[in-house]
Amino acid sequence: MTGDGTAFDFDALIHEDKVHRSLYTNPAIFDRELTRIFGGTWVYLAHESQIPEPDSFFRTRLGLRPIIMVRDGDGVIRALYNRCTHRGATVCRAAQGTAKSFACPYHGWTFATSGKLLGVPWREGYAHDHRQEDQFNLAQVPRVESYRGFIFGTLNMDAPALADHLGPVRGPIDDWLDRNPGGKLVLSEANRMRFKGNWKLAYDNSADGYHVIFSHRSLLMMENRFAGDDPKGMSFYRQRPDSGRVRVYYFGNGHHFKDKRPTLADGPGAIWRIEGLHPGMEGYESEIRERYGARADAMLDLAGSIPMNINIFPNLLILGNHIQVLEPLSYNETATTWYGTAIVDDEDELDGAADLINALRMRTQEQFPIFGEVDDLTNFEEIQAGLGAEEDPWVYMDRGLGLPDRFTEKDGVVSGPATDEVFMREYMKHYKTLMAADPELSISRGGHD
Amino acid sequence: MGATDRNPSNSSYYVTNDFYAKLVADFEGWDLESRRIDEGPSLVRARSILFREARYLDQDRLRDWLTLFSPECAYWIPGTRNRGDPRREIAFAFHDRRQLEDRVYRLETGFAWSQTPVSRTSRMITNIEVFDTDEPGVTMVRSNFQVTEYWNGQIRFWTGYAVHRLAPESGDDLGVGAILAKQVNLIDCDENHRNPSITL
Ligand code: FES
Ligand SMILES: [Fe+2]
Repeated sequence: MTGDGTAFDFDALIHEDKVHRSLYTNPAIFDRELTRIFGGTWVYLAHESQIPEPDSFFRTRLGLRPIIMVRDGDGVIRALYNRCTHRGATVCRAAQGTAKSFACPYHGWTFATSGKLLGVPWREGYAHDHRQEDQFNLAQVPRVESYRGFIFGTLNMDAPALADHLGPVRGPIDDWLDRNPGGKLVLSEANRMRFKGNWKLAYDNSADGYHVIFSHRSLLMMENRFAGDDPKGMSFYRQRPDSGRVRVYYFGNGHHFKDKRPTLADGPGAIWRIEGLHPGMEGYESEIRERYGARADAMLDLAGSIPMNINIFPNLLILGNHIQVLEPLSYNETATTWYGTAIVDDEDELDGAADLINALRMRTQEQFPIFGEVDDLTNFEEIQAGLGAEEDPWVYMDRGLGLPDRFTEKDGVVSGPATDEVFMREYMKHYKTLMAADPELSISRGGHD
Repeated sequence: MGATDRNPSNSSYYVTNDFYAKLVADFEGWDLESRRIDEGPSLVRARSILFREARYLDQDRLRDWLTLFSPECAYWIPGTRNRGDPRREIAFAFHDRRQLEDRVYRLETGFAWSQTPVSRTSRMITNIEVFDTDEPGVTMVRSNFQVTEYWNGQIRFWTGYAVHRLAPESGDDLGVGAILAKQVNLIDCDENHRNPSITL
């Protein structure tokens, strides 16, 4: 499954301060990413709340491979190839739901949610019994592991365990989850977008503190039109962001984290205070204050967007309360889905406030995709257009590079000021390692009895 | 803006749990044959308001468009085919009065890159049907739409049906404040969209 016969000199394409346009424009490099990255390393596939019970499924992709995420009848989470073992048709055509089995619409072969082949119509027309032969079970991603609800998969048996691969980025993920009741969240539908551009344009942007006041200028003006001396949202970037306390951290394996929490005031209510204006804010806030008194500030913080930005290479971007998922569609087309998250209060820690908080929380999550992300996506498309210029091939990511005392490095974690492109330089080094390697990729046929 | 400013252009006290509950109920089961109004002034008025709305949007007269909405309005583009409950799921868009004004404000800044250049649109509004409700004079209006958008050298389409909840006629209002709530149902609401930045 590896070895596409194309030789690339990644040392010539990826430098400390710049990368070559072909990383974004060359279809052959994209094809190589589909094995070396989307397959060769851990890739986010789905959230456990999307397949909440046995026999639930959710259709997705690993790179371009059509995948059905299932929780099989025994509750085991699997990533099945949505590819009939007869002649290749997809066996699942619904986006999500529950199913006891998948019947291929073409000739009726039937598979259990575990991937096991159950039936072949008119079997007497075959000289052998497919059900006795493993290769006729649906292929599966051989390694599927979760970290606190996030499901990842890889085709690389030599990859480290997921927890080790994530390494120190687990710290911010834990913080992000632990502020919620029960330390968990569920997905609650999404703002769904796509752009005509390479997927890495979105990953390059994911912790970019440099673009905010320019690319999102209209949103910043909008969300502060009533704010007076009490700036909202991303206003932090309007000051001198590099001398502030917001830092970007590179954790290795392509993962990074921009921590904006140091800009928060102390105590409960600080997150809510910087939240922009949204439908229902004043009405719900007064109701929550009336009903819950001194506890209201902490509750309102749960409706507010936590100023954290955790980016898990290559395709999972946790931003505020969102889980943004990147799906590469071609070298110049990418889907970006901004899943909203809701709190679940199984133990009723919040005395019935969860529904009120979630109603507010849906609105606080819609604003950025609708009024902010659209402008970034336009800029990504315009980069893709600009990179059509062959004779001017370099994309620079050298902000901060070479400045004395700009970065700190501790236990392998590199950190720099909010607007530095250090995370891009570092993830590109990791990207180069992955693209130059030639891992053996494999599938499994399920481990059925 | 003070804490007691209840002008819905400045604050959002009216969007409460009860408001959402009523909205969801109002947009459920309204299209009964027995409630259909096939002719007469309701139909003429509905058509006039919908056509005017389309024209204002096509002409980039967003401030005029805003005048058609009531002070305590809702503007709702569900993100799922069964529409869901906006309290529990992310919508393609859900705006109150203030956020509708936010939307217009942002587009007017000149820095909304997704609308630079500004999209040119042409809207066709057809299949208009008016339904009576339990509230005196309040009607639900269903219409099909197809918006052709020309943006950055390309043509594309936004297609679906809209449901307008219209306030009772108040005489000489020319439709001002008539739209109590507008629900836009895109046939591909659950698909990933490129540059969803025009106003539907
Ligand atoms: S392709 Fe699936 S049964 Fe033939
Ligand atoms: Fe951005």
